[in-house]
Amino acid sequence: MRKYTPKDNVQKKSYYTDRFWVAPRVPTSEVEAGSHFESVVKTISNVVTIKDVGVQIGQLRIVINATDNFKTLQTLRDACGYAMCSELSAVDYLAQDGEFEVFYQMLNLTEAKRVRVVCRIKKDEAVESVVPLFKSANFAEREMFDMFGIKANNHPFMKRILMPDDWEGYPLLKTYPLHGDEFASWYEVDKIFGKEYRDVVGPENRDPASVERYDSQRFSRVGYEVPFGAEIEEGKEEENPIAYSETFMVDYTTGTTTLKKRK
Amino acid sequence: MAQHQVNYASSAGLPIALTSVDKLVNWGRSNSLWPLTYGLACCAIEMMASGASRYDFDRMGTIFRASPRQADVMILAGTLSKKHAEFARRLYDQMSEPKWVISMGSCANTGGMFNTYATVQGVDRIVPVDIYLPGCAPRPETLQYAMMMLQKKIRRESADMKKNVKQRIV
Repeated sequence: MRKYTPKDNVQKKSYYTDRFWVAPRVPTSEVEAGSHFESVVKTISNVVTIKDVGVQIGQLRIVINATDNFKTLQTLRDACGYAMCSELSAVDYLAQDGEFEVFYQMLNLTEAKRVRVVCRIKKDEAVESVVPLFKSANFAEREMFDMFGIKANNHPFMKRILMPDDWEGYPLLKTYPLHGDEFASWYEVDKIFGKEYRDVVGPENRDPASVERYDSQRFSRVGYEVPFGAEIEEGKEEENPIAYSETFMVDYTTGTTTLKKRK
Repeated sequence: MAQHQVNYASSAGLPIALTSVDKLVNWGRSNSLWPLTYGLACCAIEMMASGASRYDFDRMGTIFRASPRQADVMILAGTLSKKHAEFARRLYDQMSEPKWVISMGSCANTGGMFNTYATVQGVDRIVPVDIYLPGCAPRPETLQYAMMMLQKKIRRESADMKKNVKQRIV
C-alpha cells in the first residue's frame, strides 16, 4: 500500500503531484556501425575510459568518469569537430543514488550532431572547469554552483550568478522547498530592516486566495460597510446595509445576510 | 491700451480666490504626480503604453522621471525578486517627501503566480503601498484609473505630511 496523504490543502500547494505518475525514460539504442557517432566513440575511447554509451533521440550519450571531463571535451572539440558547448549543468539524483549527474551538451555545427557527455559525482565533490576550452561554460558553471552547490575547480570567477551573494542554500536541489526555507522567507526583511522587524512585517502569505475577513484595511466588506481601518471583531459586527450596489441586491425586509467566517 | 473688462466693484468680480492651504497644496500635488520609471517585468509594457501618446499620462500632469529624487510616485510594475527588494527600498528611500506607492499587477500585490522562494510575496513587505492595482497585466486604463484614485486620495489628505500616518510601519 502506498502512503496516504490528505488532499485537503491541495489548492494551497504550488502544484499538484500525482502519486501514481512515473516519469518516462527515453529509450536508448545501440550506436550504429559505420555512423558518425561510432567514429566519435572510437576517438574518445582511445583517450579516456567510457563507462557506458548509447543513442537517445538521435543524440549520442557518453558516460565517463568525472575526472576525465576535461580530456573528453578537449578530444570532442579538437578531434571530432564539436566546437560548441551549448549547455552544461547537473541533475540532482542524491535521494535516488546519492550522486549528482553532471552533463555537458556538445554540438557539432558541420555535421549537425549532438553529443551529451555525462558523469556522476558525489556530494561535496567538484569537477574540473572547462572554461579554458569553452567560453560558454563560464556562466553555466557559475549557475551550476549557484543552483546545486557543485564547484568547478580552476574556474576564473566562482561566484553565484542568479541568487544574491549572501544567499544560503541551493535552490535546485530536490531537498530545497519550493516556497523557500526559513532563511529565504525572511531574506528581504532581514536585509532591509533587520531581524527585529520580522514581527512588524509578519510571515509571508502563501495562500493566493486568502481573504482576511476582519481586516478592514486591505479587504473591502461584502454585505455591510465599515470605514477604512475600522476595528472590527468577530461577533461585534454592526448591521449597516448598503443603499445601492450594482452587484449585490439588498433586501431591506430581511436585512443583509451575514457571511460565515472563512475556514 | 486695452481696457479691463472686469468690473471689480461688482460681486464675484474681485480677483480673489478663497481656499485653504490643504486644498491649494493638494491641488498642486495631485495634478503633478511624477512617477519613477520603475518597470520590473511585463507590467512595465503597460506602464509605458500609459505614458505614450495613445493613453497619454502627460495630459494628467503625470510625467515619468528617470531619477527617484525628482519623483513622488513609485509605480512598482512587475515581479519583485528578493534579490532586487533591497534596491527597490533604496530607491523608495531616495524619493523626497511627500511620496506615494502604487503596486501594479498581481505579482507586485501578492507575488502572483510566482509562489516561489525567489519572489517577494507582495511589495507591501518592503514599502508602504497606497494603491493596489489588480490585473495580470493591468491595462493602461486601469493604471490611469489608479492614478486618478491616487489623486483623489491625495486631495483627501492633509497638506502637512506629519499628520498623514501610513497604515503600515514599513
